[in-house]
Amino acid sequence: MSSIHAPISSESKRSIMEHLHTWAITVDHKKLGVMYVLAGLVFFVLGGLEATMMRIQLIKPLNDVLTPHGFNQMFTMHGTTMVFMVGMPVLLGMGNYLIPLMVGARDMAFPRLNAFGFWLFIFGGILLYFSWIGGDGLYGAGGAPDVGWFAYSPLTAKTFSRGNSTDYWILGILISGFGSMTTAVNFLATILCMRCPGMTLMRMPLMAWMMIVVAMLVLVAIPVLTAAQVMLIFDRSLGAHFFDPQQQGSAVLWQHLFWFFGHPEVYILILPAFGFVSEIVPVFSRKVIFGYALMVAATVGIGFISLTVWAHHMFVVGLPPWMNAMFAASTFLISVPTGIKIFNWLGTMWGGRIRFATPMLFCTGFLGMFIMGGLTGIMLAVVPFTHQLSDSYFVVGHFHYVLFGGTIFGIFGAIFYWYPKVTGRMMCDTQGAWAFWLLLIGFNLVFLPMHFSGLLGMPRRIYTYQPDRGLEIWNLISTIGVPVQIAGVALIVWNMIRSFTHGAIAGNDPWDAWTLEWATTSPPPECNFDRIPTCTSARPMWDMKNPHDPDSNYE
Amino acid sequence: MSLLADNTEIWRPARGKVGMASLIFIESLFFSGFIVAYLFYIGKSANGPFPREVLDVKPVLVNSAALLSSSFTVVAAVRALSQGTMHAMRFWLLLTIALGAYFIYGTLAEWRGLIWEKHLTISTNLFGSTFYSLIGFHAFHVCVGLLALSTILILGVLGRLQPKRDAIRFELISWYWHFVDVVWIFVFTTVYIVGMRA
Repeated sequence: MSSIHAPISSESKRSIMEHLHTWAITVDHKKLGVMYVLAGLVFFVLGGLEATMMRIQLIKPLNDVLTPHGFNQMFTMHGTTMVFMVGMPVLLGMGNYLIPLMVGARDMAFPRLNAFGFWLFIFGGILLYFSWIGGDGLYGAGGAPDVGWFAYSPLTAKTFSRGNSTDYWILGILISGFGSMTTAVNFLATILCMRCPGMTLMRMPLMAWMMIVVAMLVLVAIPVLTAAQVMLIFDRSLGAHFFDPQQQGSAVLWQHLFWFFGHPEVYILILPAFGFVSEIVPVFSRKVIFGYALMVAATVGIGFISLTVWAHHMFVVGLPPWMNAMFAASTFLISVPTGIKIFNWLGTMWGGRIRFATPMLFCTGFLGMFIMGGLTGIMLAVVPFTHQLSDSYFVVGHFHYVLFGGTIFGIFGAIFYWYPKVTGRMMCDTQGAWAFWLLLIGFNLVFLPMHFSGLLGMPRRIYTYQPDRGLEIWNLISTIGVPVQIAGVALIVWNMIRSFTHGAIAGNDPWDAWTLEWATTSPPPECNFDRIPTCTSARPMWDMKNPHDPDSNYE
Repeated sequence: MSLLADNTEIWRPARGKVGMASLIFIESLFFSGFIVAYLFYIGKSANGPFPREVLDVKPVLVNSAALLSSSFTVVAAVRALSQGTMHAMRFWLLLTIALGAYFIYGTLAEWRGLIWEKHLTISTNLFGSTFYSLIGFHAFHVCVGLLALSTILILGVLGRLQPKRDAIRFELISWYWHFVDVVWIFVFTTVYIVGMRA
């Protein structure tokens, strides 16, 4: 332990410009991973500010903080940012950092392609936000995109979307999508080709399995979105008629193509969080993961089924009843492997010596919140139920329980868990617990009431509502929750900054964990491992610590 | 660890193969989007010209024969490189590039007729929108393949190719070339067989 110094001491002599330069030209998966997560957090703050603006507007009926047009821009930018500029980069960035370490490799399979993907994401994000300045185009109309994150046709047609705002939406996502695809190729090649000796597929950390499925889903889903967006560009710039109803073009085709991407995307956003939870829960329960093989099977099952559920976003479009029935059935079906996972995590915790450090708090919160989001999801798979509640605040509540209560809680848990590995220092656990409870309470204050306002008939994406319809109290509670959440997030950010210089020295393996990233120093050297490790079971570090009773005896 | 060091042999594919296979997978999905759009819009154009009136299959058949046979010549070129017979490699590679270039020439000739004589552009109707984007993206991919093959040919002429090191790389490029061919089979079926009903 005594050989570990403060993380920046050896580099403090270099000037800031030299320092930045090494980061800008790096092809090291660890530096890229850190940049992914930090950039994602910046966009998270931007997306959060947009959400805050919406909640302020909706605090009371007939409010006029935002114009209707401004409100449309806010929810469009909020959704687009959170999905493409926060969820994807943070999760892919964490995979970037962790996968080579977890499978015992020195770097990703294609390091330069990896750097290329990161910079594509950055430029895509900048292009999206440049629309605030450049979206006016030659028409003096526009600004930020205002067509919703799923950009339904014909709102995106040149007739209804003057200026260049929609073009910025298309190009920003198109470019960052290329970045996601290169990263997915890298994940696949790294996991399949760079595993250390002895790490068979069924000895990989579950996180690696989740990332294989995520990468496959990215490879299936993003190209279809890219194709649809290219068609839209052709419509807007070359006068093609793909989505032009006046020439028999079909708005429904856009919906099919978008949601063929859009639903796998939801699993791209949640499966890495499943991976985090599958790594964290066993370590803090001091038990091996319950049902490893079943977890792998469930993950692969989710991957396949998630490709067959997209039209449950389109139950009110007027598809034939047999189609609605089929997509409802597949949506019910996907809850089975998801439920299996929930029970496997519970089975891991059952009878374990649970230690509720901050990562475990977030994972436990994740379980509760994700189950709620999953249950409302099953409700929305019932076609007549969706006929009643489609495009209402009930749907908004549902997917925030999955994406915030699920994905974001998983991400925060992962940040607390792996921060010591990345920086060499622990984050403050007391502050972490405070942040967790603030976020849990704030989150439920904001999103639980949305279920009720939705059931009462409040449609999503309206900039205001009438008084005396029973909506005031629910909207008021929702907005009150916002500062509580902001306090939680601010506390985490403060914790990250403060702990970087003042945190307790972590050592190689502060959590007494079992996967290979804890076998190297914190932070890891550029080459990750001085000697490539060997593994003979799914818990290589357990075998190293307990040579008298290795897991390989039981495999 | 030495106690446990046995039984560590694992299956690990070559990363180049995984990378190229993934790229081909991505491209297949990209083309699926355009093929689905094409199928979806068959017979839905609000006004002419319609496929039956303006598309001529015969020259396209010659074109297709050229492109498909280039898959065989590229296999011969890859084999020649791995055996180290460089002059045979250069011959088969040049033939492959010539066949691919002929395909592009044929596409250009077809488009010239369609645009200037039949007055079909991307903005004329749904047929034009779907036709030019699908055929155009395929032709674009053929051009990218030609660029890659030409690079290999130039390196070969300059004597920079080493059979031992570069045979696998050339083989991966040839995978891409085969992919461009296979996509063409789907595109041809969609546009010139199924789509001719309208």
